[in-house]
Amino acid sequence: MSFDIKKIREDFPILKRKVNNAPLVYLDNAATSQKPQQVIDCIVAYYSNYNANIHRGVHSLSQEATDAYEKARKTLQLHFNAAHSHEILFTAGTTESINLVASGFSELLKTGDEIIVSALEHHSNIVPWQMLCERTGAILKVIPMNEDGTLQMDRYSNLLNDNTKLVFVNHISNALGIINPIKKIIEQAHQVGAAVLIDGAQACSHIKADVQALDVDFYVTSAHKMCGPTGVGMLYIKEAWGKTLPPYQGGGEMIATVTFEKTTYAEMPHKFEAGTPNICGGIAFGAAVDYLNSIGFDAIKKQEEALLSYATEQLLQIDGLKIYGTASEKTSVISFNVSEIHPYDIGTILDKLGIAVRTGQHCTQPIMDFYGIPGTVRASFAFYNTKEEVDALVNAVKRATMMLS
Amino acid sequence: MTIKEIQEELIDEFAMFDDWMQKYEYMIDLGKTLPLIDAEKKTDDKLIKGCQSKVWLNSEMQEDKIVFTADSDAIITKGIIAIMIRVFSHQTPDAIVAANTDFIAEIGLQEHLSPTRANGLVSMVKQMKLYAIAYQATNK
Repeated sequence: MSFDIKKIREDFPILKRKVNNAPLVYLDNAATSQKPQQVIDCIVAYYSNYNANIHRGVHSLSQEATDAYEKARKTLQLHFNAAHSHEILFTAGTTESINLVASGFSELLKTGDEIIVSALEHHSNIVPWQMLCERTGAILKVIPMNEDGTLQMDRYSNLLNDNTKLVFVNHISNALGIINPIKKIIEQAHQVGAAVLIDGAQACSHIKADVQALDVDFYVTSAHKMCGPTGVGMLYIKEAWGKTLPPYQGGGEMIATVTFEKTTYAEMPHKFEAGTPNICGGIAFGAAVDYLNSIGFDAIKKQEEALLSYATEQLLQIDGLKIYGTASEKTSVISFNVSEIHPYDIGTILDKLGIAVRTGQHCTQPIMDFYGIPGTVRASFAFYNTKEEVDALVNAVKRATMMLS
Repeated sequence: MTIKEIQEELIDEFAMFDDWMQKYEYMIDLGKTLPLIDAEKKTDDKLIKGCQSKVWLNSEMQEDKIVFTADSDAIITKGIIAIMIRVFSHQTPDAIVAANTDFIAEIGLQEHLSPTRANGLVSMVKQMKLYAIAYQATNK
């Protein structure tokens, strides 16, 4: 299928709007993606036609809603190539997925066990593990980073030992866009018997992850980064771990039998899905994945790589502009500063010109401390962005730099 | 001048500009003229942490008036600080407690005082008022 950018942009109604009297240039895709009409229609259709509670009704509406929800689970299973659909759990998002695993491990870890995280993690993939260590007496170790934003893999090898129980690394760093060598990280962790959780929140809109090929134990992501709605995410949990980990929350749906003497838990995935889930969100998540696949991940990659290389080249022509995260293996994210100008100032001027970027620490204080900067301006591109929008960004940064120096 | 008079003066000054660019350029200039806070006063207890930019605020009593000095690591934030200092510094605690910041909306810069902006400015204004309340209490 040929890549028709004009037609693709037609799918996203929000891209037609103006911000501060200027056409919106949306370059904050790493924070959240925009939603195509196909996903919006799916949400409207659910509430207009078949809203009902799932998994427990004998009536037709409930059956329709259940079918649609389970079909979405199947869509995710196929997309991520999980061996079984019950290995796909719906959650409230990446953060909840991580907390679910951390909570489960709090019953399995003991004093002296070791957990490894990378220096590139989002706060949401640091704090739950610190809390887990406080609860269990386990020790948190950190894989250090290099100046170009890559991980020090030799240091990682040295950190691994028989006490290592868990390794947590993001597939792609949210602040810098660097793609981590997760296959190697997983292989090495498995050699010492440690489980691995990969945070795919930043990856899934760019890369189709294959959980079986990766042999990963847990893979987590959020729908809203993938053209889906907020408030819903996924935890891929390898079957063996799904059986080992205790339930996360108690409630309806997650039980097999309940008496006041003893409750037995339901099988996966329901064991981890207590209460009425985000039914509409789950169904729309499926629609979003279908949408991305209809564009095709090869086409997405091609478009985003073109935008990244053009934007990098154009931005670097601005005097004093420095890009953080310069390794070659990266997605369409550019984190930068211009001379000593504060990122907040640049972001404020860009907003006035209709350009949406993220500024600040990106919930990655350790990375900012590493570079000794208060934050960065982060422009993140999606397949629906254009070369003209890159030009608008570059011109706006030039204008901001002139005003602020 | 009273707080109200200074606020009127600022509204007039900003009314001269036709577009946001000129307004921002003026604000940035104001930020550059902000007298520097003494380095030894830029301590952590004077730091108001926004997620986006940092603000340091110091207050001192000179006779019956409060003198504020402040700084920020971001220049646009500094511009707003300069405006706030011009309005609130060298005023009595009573006048500061009684004043409001509605003039910012009239100037057209209210977005910078949005609590969700996380630039530390809302907390700074709150802190200025708290200092005034504290001085009021100690003087009574």
